[in-house]
Amino acid sequence: MSGTITNLSRRAVLMGLGAGTFVLAGGLGPAARAEDSPKKYGGDAMPGGVKDDPRLFVAVAADGTVTILCHRAEMGQGVRTSWAMVIADEMDADWAKVRVDQAPGDEARYGNQNTDGSRSMRHHFQALRRIGAAARQMLAQAAASQWGVPVAEVTADHHSLMHAASGRRLGYGEVAAAAAALPVPAREALVFKDPAKFRYIGRADIGLVDGFDITTGRATYGIDVRRENMLYAVVARPPVHGGKLVHYEVDEALKVPGVVKVVVLNTAPLPSGFLPKGGLAVVAENTWAALKGREKLKITWDDGPNVRYDSAAYRAELEAAARAPGQVARNQGDVDTALKAAAKRVTAEYYIPHLAQAPMEPPAAVAQVTGDACEIWGSTQAPQTTRETVAKVLSIPAVKVTVHQTLVGGGFGRKSKPDYIAEAALLSRAMDGRPVKLTFTRTDDLHHGFLHTVSVERLEGGLDAKGKPVAWLHRTVAPAINATFAPGVKHEGASELGMGAVNTPWIVPNLRVENPEAESHTRIGWFRSVSNIPHAFAVQSFVAELAAAAGRDPKDFLLDLIGPGRQINPADMADGWNYNEDPVAYAYDTGRLRGVVERAAKEAGWGKPLPKGQGRGIAAHRSFASYAAAVVQVAVDAQGKLTIPRVDIAFDCGPVINPDRVRAQLEGAVIQGVSLATLGEISFKAGQVQQDNFDSYEVTRIEAAPKDIRVHLMPAAQYDAPLGGVGEPGVPPIAPALLNAIHAATGKRIRSLPIRDQLRA
Amino acid sequence: MPPIKLTLNGKPWSVDADPDMPLLWAVREIAGKTGSKFGCGAAQCGACTMHVDGQPVRACSTPIGSIAGSKVTTIEGIEGKVARAVQDAWVKLDVVQCGYCQSGQIMSAVALLTDNAKPTDQDIDSAMSGNLCRCSTYVRIRAAIHEAAKALEI
Repeated sequence: MSGTITNLSRRAVLMGLGAGTFVLAGGLGPAARAEDSPKKYGGDAMPGGVKDDPRLFVAVAADGTVTILCHRAEMGQGVRTSWAMVIADEMDADWAKVRVDQAPGDEARYGNQNTDGSRSMRHHFQALRRIGAAARQMLAQAAASQWGVPVAEVTADHHSLMHAASGRRLGYGEVAAAAAALPVPAREALVFKDPAKFRYIGRADIGLVDGFDITTGRATYGIDVRRENMLYAVVARPPVHGGKLVHYEVDEALKVPGVVKVVVLNTAPLPSGFLPKGGLAVVAENTWAALKGREKLKITWDDGPNVRYDSAAYRAELEAAARAPGQVARNQGDVDTALKAAAKRVTAEYYIPHLAQAPMEPPAAVAQVTGDACEIWGSTQAPQTTRETVAKVLSIPAVKVTVHQTLVGGGFGRKSKPDYIAEAALLSRAMDGRPVKLTFTRTDDLHHGFLHTVSVERLEGGLDAKGKPVAWLHRTVAPAINATFAPGVKHEGASELGMGAVNTPWIVPNLRVENPEAESHTRIGWFRSVSNIPHAFAVQSFVAELAAAAGRDPKDFLLDLIGPGRQINPADMADGWNYNEDPVAYAYDTGRLRGVVERAAKEAGWGKPLPKGQGRGIAAHRSFASYAAAVVQVAVDAQGKLTIPRVDIAFDCGPVINPDRVRAQLEGAVIQGVSLATLGEISFKAGQVQQDNFDSYEVTRIEAAPKDIRVHLMPAAQYDAPLGGVGEPGVPPIAPALLNAIHAATGKRIRSLPIRDQLRA
Repeated sequence: MPPIKLTLNGKPWSVDADPDMPLLWAVREIAGKTGSKFGCGAAQCGACTMHVDGQPVRACSTPIGSIAGSKVTTIEGIEGKVARAVQDAWVKLDVVQCGYCQSGQIMSAVALLTDNAKPTDQDIDSAMSGNLCRCSTYVRIRAAIHEAAKALEI
């Protein structure tokens, strides 16, 4: 088993199965009109769709080596391993003879490659099975032809074909060339393996294909790429978003030994989308010289209108907006009347600041421009977006941009935006086509990110005399991701509202969700779990606050609010988005939400007494079509020091392909949730980010991480059931479960994140 | 400026560089060994951790001129019983997620176990506190260090 990333884009078609021409699968003919076809969901609705032609993804060499091409970005979710596990299993390949190659960015060829939205397995599991089954059937057909027997008499058996009647056997490698010349079986002709016979799918001990390379320092990330004659660059960008260069002196910078050139980069007009911020680039013989040169630049900036962005003042604006009616996003019953008639009213406002993804590998890429073509070696979650963005800044066709995908040293949404890669491309052109490596320092990363939004969530609830909830009013106010791409956007989009604001399945007769206006003054972007973070934080904190007001156990109250198990069409909760999944196949299943709540509570020993100063909190949330519930146990000492001895998280994502990686994602999600709740904050003053590095933008270190994280995976009925996402859904319930636990332990209700020293005596 | 002479992964290394250049950039960009990572440039994340004369240092904040004559070991050159036990434990428990910080984690773990064959959880906290992992693989890092310690007992 080996897992180096070699980007042998053409090898997969040269080595065997792929020989000969191929026809792209899927896609509508030119005569087809949109209204003729049913609405598409899931992977089929993504740009480029899903491809399942085995000749694109599987190559079998004469020696039997099976090379599987993965077109997703590996950023820690283990997709290169899980991807290959599915194909190898379905084609009955011997794992020891499987290697994994990485596809370059090419959506027309491979289908959609955006590695975000917790979609890799959710959108591709069935396609990967089809790829494996088709490859196996082609190999079987080749053996049948060679033996002159009906294919029905040939069985695949762990990397070889067998003819039981005659006892003959051929290895995969021996028939690879013949199989490659055969037509790909039609989808209807595919026969899938009995899941009871899966060798790899569902097994926890397969081992990561990149594990050895990573632990020995051999693995290559974007920042590690080295090209002949390469130069190194850093950029001085406008400190305020939308600011521009006015005046600059570069003489001192050019005197730094090793500095080769200072290049002006244009600032794109706002909203600037994925385009770079512009500024002055220092290009040098090494990164250290570039950094020293950058320090010597003398620049006057025109900061533009965002210079007034101040987080304290902005928070007050959001709070004011949350206290007045806003655009109605969902409405059932009559909330106002019900609130007036309620025996008890509870109001709470929750605040969560901007966050930076801060992947350990800061944004970095190498570009080389040759004539009207450009090659990129980079760490990106979105190779196709990268092609398009690079093409745009260089004014060349996107097909002339080649993106070699490296391992991604953490993404969390930051590397879905290719601004840094476009900078590298512009600099290579400015240096007459020499390869240029562009590196963000950590400060660059924090100052020039695409930040998680900032929000105020105001909730108001009414209880009747028996403590039953009768009214629920939620106002969510946050600058929207769309404001980064389109002018005048002041409301959360359908996807943001569908991340836990409108789609609460509560048994409450009167329920309204409003979204007052919020203007954006910085670049907002996706951050692992996105708007689920503020929405789950507020909603699940408020459920516990209502339970307290009703004098009820928070877990029992939560279960009553969820109500009995039922399938809700998300559109009935004003969620027409539903992660772009089919509203029937991917209905909101309250039974599954109940299931994870009950499981987490049971496993955590909910209700069992704890020593003084300790407490448990619970929270549950559906996101990315998966269901998660967490019970966090905290201890708060007399000085207010918080420790988290244990977290139980129950998780239902439907069929589990790679249980060990699902567990790993949830272990990481728990700690990342703790990190954002306890420490996470990016703030602005005079339009500038106030945090420069990990001393001021703190993230959780080993000593503060929960030591005992127990992941409880819910069993799935069958492998044909729809898959939920895995990478993101573990994060949202953690902050509210933690805050609910703190309340249980201390009686203190924290509504403003991060917790930082709010518990200090 | 005369070249700076050191030993890198057991071999003599003569570097022609600004003595202020951090060891990390010299190793990555001049020696071409990219296993040690840049994460913060300010000794705050540990991704760049190397051994200098056996001690773990943050190479991003160590001027190369300040360690002339020293023996530098990176993830590519680490060897011996402890290193093997740590790397084996890391693979056995599938510790890594994105993996970017892991060479630094491993260098810190090897230094810890070389000094302290049976670290407690608290020993691990203090030795590993300087190594950030944004994927948050800390639970498995801790387990792998205990696992390596156990393997070294035998």
